[in-house]
This record gives sequence, structure tokens and C-alpha cells, in this order.
Amino acid sequence: MLAHPDLTTLIFGRLTLESLPLHVPIVLGTFAVVALGGLVLVAVLTYFKLWGYLWREWFTSIDHKRIGIMYMILGFIMLLRGFADAIMMRAQQAISFGDNMGYLPPEHYDQIFTAHGVIMIFFVAMPMVTGLMNFVMPLQIGARDVAFPFLNNFSFWMTVAGALLVMASLFVGEFARTGWLAYPPLSDIASSPDAGVDYYIWALQIAGVGTLLSGINLLVTIIKMRAPGMTMMKMPVFTWTALCTNVLIVAAFPVLTAVLALLALDRYAGTNFFTTELGGNAMMYVNLIWIWGHPEVYILVLPVFGIFSEVTATFSRKPLFGYTSMVYATVVITVLSYLVWLHHFFTMGSGASVNSFFGITTMIISIPTGAKIFNWLFTMYRGRVEFEVPMMWVLAFMVTFVIGGMTGVLLAVPPADFSLHNSLFLIAHFHNVIIGGVVFGLFAGITYWFPKAFGFKLDPFWGKCAFWFWVVGFYFAFMPLYVLGLMGVTRRLSHFTDPALQIWFVLAAFGAFLILLGIASMIIQFVVSFRRREALRDVTGDPWNGRTLEWSTSSPPPKYNFAFTPLVHDHDAWWMMKKHHYQRPLDGFIPIHMPLNTGAGITLAGLSFVFGFAMVWYMWLVAIVSFAAIVVVAIAHTFNYHRDYYLTADEVRRVETSRTELMARHV
Amino acid sequence: MSMKALRAPLLSSLALLAGCQSVLMSPSGDLAVQQRNLILTSTVLMLLIIVPVIVLTLWFAWHFRASNKKATYDPDWDHSTILELLIWSAPLLIIIALGAITWVSTHKLDPYRPLERLDAERAIPADARPLVVNVVALDWKWLFIYPEQGIATVNELAAPVDRPIQFKITATTVMNSFFIPALAGQIYAMPNMETTLQAVINKPGEYQGFSANYSGEGFSGMHFVFHGVSEDGFAQWVAQAKANGGDLSRDAYMKLAEPSENAPVAFYASVAPGLYQAILTHCLQPDSPSCMTRMDMHAPKPEGEGGAAQPMGSAATGMADMSAHPAHSN
Repeated sequence: MLAHPDLTTLIFGRLTLESLPLHVPIVLGTFAVVALGGLVLVAVLTYFKLWGYLWREWFTSIDHKRIGIMYMILGFIMLLRGFADAIMMRAQQAISFGDNMGYLPPEHYDQIFTAHGVIMIFFVAMPMVTGLMNFVMPLQIGARDVAFPFLNNFSFWMTVAGALLVMASLFVGEFARTGWLAYPPLSDIASSPDAGVDYYIWALQIAGVGTLLSGINLLVTIIKMRAPGMTMMKMPVFTWTALCTNVLIVAAFPVLTAVLALLALDRYAGTNFFTTELGGNAMMYVNLIWIWGHPEVYILVLPVFGIFSEVTATFSRKPLFGYTSMVYATVVITVLSYLVWLHHFFTMGSGASVNSFFGITTMIISIPTGAKIFNWLFTMYRGRVEFEVPMMWVLAFMVTFVIGGMTGVLLAVPPADFSLHNSLFLIAHFHNVIIGGVVFGLFAGITYWFPKAFGFKLDPFWGKCAFWFWVVGFYFAFMPLYVLGLMGVTRRLSHFTDPALQIWFVLAAFGAFLILLGIASMIIQFVVSFRRREALRDVTGDPWNGRTLEWSTSSPPPKYNFAFTPLVHDHDAWWMMKKHHYQRPLDGFIPIHMPLNTGAGITLAGLSFVFGFAMVWYMWLVAIVSFAAIVVVAIAHTFNYHRDYYLTADEVRRVETSRTELMARHV
Repeated sequence: MSMKALRAPLLSSLALLAGCQSVLMSPSGDLAVQQRNLILTSTVLMLLIIVPVIVLTLWFAWHFRASNKKATYDPDWDHSTILELLIWSAPLLIIIALGAITWVSTHKLDPYRPLERLDAERAIPADARPLVVNVVALDWKWLFIYPEQGIATVNELAAPVDRPIQFKITATTVMNSFFIPALAGQIYAMPNMETTLQAVINKPGEYQGFSANYSGEGFSGMHFVFHGVSEDGFAQWVAQAKANGGDLSRDAYMKLAEPSENAPVAFYASVAPGLYQAILTHCLQPDSPSCMTRMDMHAPKPEGEGGAAQPMGSAATGMADMSAHPAHSN
């Protein structure tokens, strides 16, 4: 790096004006839209003088509920970006036949499918799952916050920094063109010399710090901060699944960090871990990344299984059928998720015995998963099923997910996988389980817990519109891909020769359009619900006649969640309390120990973004300075002794009394 | 709800119908036929449990809807040992059956395993010698070397019907996947490593082959035609290559290996001796560090280098690293 000692290189590294995609109209157009939208947002915030409010009440907040909500907002914004990528791919594949090369050249198309995968997994599904766990889990266990409130804020902002780095790649330089897992040798410096893979590496490394710390945080919270009486086997099922997911995060994410660090060393320091030279082996990367990648699937889906359990029980007006077997099924899946990674690359050519082993372990996972499905089924049995929007998502999930599960088990049969691997059948399969499972579940969860977070329900009409557009759109978008997979069409192609395939791609594009309407319905739903918030108001704190502790407090909950820590005697604690005619205590409040907000998290994450950006562009000076700043700020934060305060008993009484009055007015 | 009740099974059966016409459901090579049968068997086996679950889901949801006051309501019922046993053992039984099928079929259809039959009716003739084809995935085209015939082709492949074929597969720079859906399942083509695929084509015809693993910019154009032909047709095809083709010397190969997209079909009448082995071991120039064994690499450096490190990333391993798949030499 000292070879070019001129000042420009020292400061800007390899970043030049040519790195800006001024010659690509699509990107320029996108940039104009994003910039305009950003300007409008900034103007609105400034006009309404909201900056101070946002900074004090949200950005620096270490309240788990607000952080959870911010995670959800991040996930939703990134969903719009990830979906824009999706619809661009669908449009390209619907027209790019024969002489028509479509509107996206390969170098652009390849970035889009890479960005789509990375964004949807790391910056949509992960933030949303983490956000729901953050918001709901402490309330479910009767805690006042998570174990490490500051760390929670820091984790969130690190995730944002990673997302920003991916977004930056849209306008400065380019993103990786390697597929979402960036397999070497394609992601090696020899095959991908530009900044794309470096954006990928640093975005995931920075966000990964957030994910890992949040995993530790939530894990400790569940283990140490449950309300008295809540033994492990009395925890709500969502909390159980959150526990297992965070165990998976803590055990799996360091593997991702390590493998990306090795790839970074290959690219930056000229090591040969994954090159074909000097004893390196690219298949080691493939193994390692899937040792993280398969548990990641369960990191996403387990909490969602928890959501389905809560929603099904609530809207069937019955306790969950087979709580114990549900818990064991979750734990079994947690353990087994580490024993199946090789099924992602049977075609590497491992021997038949190795392939059979991993194929059969994969199939074994379908046993506890099947048991779960039956448990939900028998929860409805002899219940009083109410078709509220969250319950509709559950039913769509159950029907859709079993199809995805079936094709998944099919792909686990190695000789079948030799035919179906990397085909659009595979794409259909994992979208079938991720959309039909994770996404539907998240939507169920969002609709279910929205009144708890904001004090009013979401408008059901637009919720049902979104539901039908999404569900029908999903079937239109992905069933044709199953067919195309059976026709031997492989993934990631930007151009086709056989015109007979086109009709299926057009159908799939139509499905994507329906999903677009579904997303639009959701945005309308948020706006309409906000405007009708008085009519949709929940004053009871328990709008669905819920069963778990989060419904025992007000909607939205006070800062301290519970004036008194609840005592738990059974699972479905709130249900039992209601059954025994629980009376809210109206007096005898004591001061509550609370954490103070801090700007250290957002500062550290901002510096990490600068560091990541500098590393991507070889701006060594900036990288060194920003890294030093991270260390200094982190150490300085440890000297901040002003981090907690006591909410006085009078203040607690004031909040609780106003709730009492509100409830009295609406009886 | 009832609309959705119909949609999912309807669509999937539609998909299956359309799939019947597809290459994976009506293949022309025995291996692919067996893989197809396996897909169908497994699917039927799983439908035994999937269909009842879907039906029960919709039925329970409808029957126990809140407005149906005639349905039994048992607000405290949340456990039944018999049912629990049933819901764990039903998937277990299916998986035991499927697991057994998996173990047997994975071994039987292992791409490394020499074929035992031409198709369901005919065993391999005792005197059958497999046709060896060395497959090299280049950026972004396929090179096929026929050691027995002494020819090579780019983006076109041919083999006689009912003669076992043994593909030896590698790649130059990035990973690809060698896939002819009508013939047999795919297998990765990886640099510095060799995979094997044993297969046979049973019907004459023209079949699509391509890379099934994304490999960069020219990936979409990385397809070829595989001709299943008679013995005579094959001899003619070889003769045509001999007559029209140039010489695939090491220099010609180096030129060919330069990245190119949508490369046209090309024939070579002769191939430099040991070319495939050289490609596999990354030892194309005699002085390349790739040609050194591991022992050599620890030997003192030649004078003139002054102990400076090799340019990173250019040195290579030798044969030793091919042992990634030692179990399959046959």
C-alpha cells in the first residue's frame, strides 16, 4: 500500500469517479428515486422538528420494545429493496428469450440475484425475526428489558451499518456477482477483482457482530431473567423457539465470521485458504459456509414456528396441543440442524455413504417438523377457530409449508438431488419454505403483536387484501418454477434459448406482480390503520384474549413493562391469571431501576460503517483511523458511569393510574 | 378458505402433469430413468402423509370455526398420549421407508459406480468397455477430450447409444456443474479436482447439456448439444472431427482457455499428449510451480529470486490435492 504514496490514493484508495455508475441508466434512475425519497424524508423530519425526538426516543433508546420495532422497520424497508431485485429478475427472465437479451446485461443481472439473496436473508428475515424476539420475548417472560440493554442497541445499529454498506454498493462501485454465498474460486481476487465481494464480506461481518451479540443477549435474557415460577417447561413456546434460535446463532455465526475472515485474507493478504493453489481448497469454504448456512435456515424458521404456536392456540381458544412434544421437537431440530449441511452439495462427489448419511439426517428433521404440524392441527381440533388475519396466515402456512417440506425431503434423496440440484425446482423449494414458512409467519406475528406495540390493531380489510395477494401471488410465482425445474432449467440464467419455457416465466412474473400488490396492500394497511387508530384502539392490553404474559400489560406497554414482576404457576400464565380472576395491583408501587439511553451504539456502528467502506475501497488511512476511533469510543463508553436511573414510585403510580382510568372509561 | 382448499392441490397436480412432458420426467438415459423413478416413488410415499395433513388442516379449520356452535368445544384438551404416539410415529415410518430407499439408491446410483446394466432389461455385455470422455469446464465453454479417439471438441458431445460412458470431469478456474438432464444427474466440475460420472444413453437424439452451477458472466451461454448416436454415427462423427479439426496443442489450449462467451462449436483432430492431466494438475508449462511436488516446494529457491516470495496465488499444488476424492478410483 506504500507503493503509491500519492495523497489521493492514500485517502481514496481505489475509489475513483469511475466507480460511480454514471453510465448505467437503471442505476442512475434508482439513485434519483432513492435520493429524492431520502430528501423528502429529511425535509419532513426537519419540518416537523422530529430529529431531536427520534434521536432521544428511538436512535439512542435501549428499550427492547423500541429496538424491536426499529428492527422491524429496517426489515420492511429492506424487503422493498430485496423485492425490487426480485421483480427485476422476474421481468428479465420473462422476456430474455432467443434474440431478445432482456434489459439487464449479465454483469448487472448477476449483482441483482446476489443482492436479492443477501438482502432477503440477512437484512429482511434476520432483522424481522430478531425484532420480534426482541419485542415479544422479554414481555413473555415477565422481564423489564433484555439482559444487556446497551448491547441490544449496539447490535441493532451494527445490523443497520451492514445494510447501509449493501445499499452503498448500489451507487458506489458494484455488489458481488457471485451468488448469495460467494463461493470461491469465483469470489477469489483472481475471478472477482472488483469491490463487489468486498462489500459482501464487510457488510456481513459488520452485521454479523450485531447478530452474534444480540444472540448472546437474548440467550442470557431467557436463561436468567424469567419471572419467578417460570421454569423451563412453563415458558411460552415462542420463548422456547427464541431460546433454541439464539443457541443456534451463538453456535453458528462465529463459523460465518471465520469463513468470511478467511476469504478476506485470501483477497487482501494473498493467503490461499480457498484458492486452487498452494494446497487451498474451495470446497472447504463450501463446507464451512453451509455449516453456518443450514442452521441459519432454522434460525429463521424456529421463531416462526413459535409464532404459529402462539397464534394457533390464541385463535383456537385452546391451549397448544402437546406442549411438551412441541418443545422436544424444537430441541431435536436445533441439534439436528448441525448434522445436515452437506445436503447442499451432494453433487460435490462425496461418496455414496457420506451422501446417504446427510440425506437421511435431513429426512429425520422432517419427523419433529411433522409432529409440530400435527400439534397445530390438533390445537384447532375441538377449538373455536377464529379467522382473524394472523390465523389466516397460519392456515396458509400449514398448507403451503407441507408442500415445501415434501419437495425438501425429495431434494434430500441424493440421486434425486443429482437431477434437481441448482435447478429452479430448488429455487421453488426454498422460496416455498421461506415465504410459505418464515414470511407468512412473520406477517402473522406482525399482525398479532402490532396492537401490543402501538396500541391499535391493524386494519383487517387491507390485511386480508395483503393476505390473498401474497398467497395467490406466491403460488403463481413459484409453482411454475417447480415445473421449470423438472424441465431441467437451472438457476441464475439471464438468457434462455428454448422458447417453450417462456410461458412459465411469464406466469411466475405475474405471480411476482401479485406479490407486489400484496406489499402495496400492506403499506396501505399501515397508513389506513394509523388514520383509523382511534377506532382500532386497544385499551385492554389484551385485544385477542391472549394466553401469555405480554397481554397482561398495557398496549403499548409502559417503559418498565410490568409494575410488578408477575408470578408464574403454569404455562399460558396470563390465561391462568384471567381464569383465577386476577386483579391488577393498584397501589404499593416501588421505584423501578431503569437503564439510561446512550448514543454509544449508533456512534460505534457509524464508525464501523466508515471502517467497512474504507476496507472495501482500500482506503487504508481512513480504515486505520476509523478502527482506532472504534476502539477509543468503545473504551470511553466503559467510563460512562451515568447509565441508569430510578423511575420513582410516584411516576409508576401515575402511569398505572392512567391505565386504570382508561380501562374504566371503556368498560 | 375453500378457494384455497382447491388451489394448492390443483396447482401442484397441474405442475405434475406439465412435468410429465419434461426432460427429467421422460429421460433417455438409464441413470436418469432410475432417478426419475426414485423421484416419483419418494413423492408418492410422502404424499401419503402430506395429502391427509392438508385435508385435515382445511377440514379442522372449517369444522371448528367459531361460528359453528354444533362442533364440540373442549377448551382444556391439550394432550393425548395415543395421538402423540401416532403423530410422531407416522412421519417416522415414512422416513424409515424413505431412508432405506435413500441408502440403497444412493449407493446404486452413485455416479462413480461402474454401470451394471444398460437399462431395466439388459445387463452390461461382458466385453463392454466404457467410452472415456475427459470433460473440462472452461470460462465459459466445455472442452471434451476423447483419449481413445484422440480428438477433442468444444461445446459438442457425442456418444454411441447403449455404450457405457465414463466422464472424468474437472474445471480450470471456477466451479461449474456438468449436467445433461436426459442422460444422468449432474456433478460438480472443480478446478484441481476430478469427479466421475458413469452413464449410458439409451435412445438416439439430441440432448441439451449445460453448466448447472453459476460460474460468472458467460454462464448463461455455457451450454452444448449432446448427440446420442449409433455406433456408425459415432464413427462418422469422429471421422468428421478428424477431417475438419485443427490440433489442440498446449498453445492452442492456452488460447482456448482465455475467457469467452457463447463460444461456437469447435473440433480438434488431435490433442497434445497428457493435456488433460496437465489441466487437472494446473501444470501446463513445465516451469510452472504447479508442476512441482510438495517436496520440491520446500527445496531451496532457485538463485535470482533473492528469497522474495512467489507472487501470491500463482503457485499451485501438485497431484497430492486430487486426493480430495480418493475413494472413487475404480
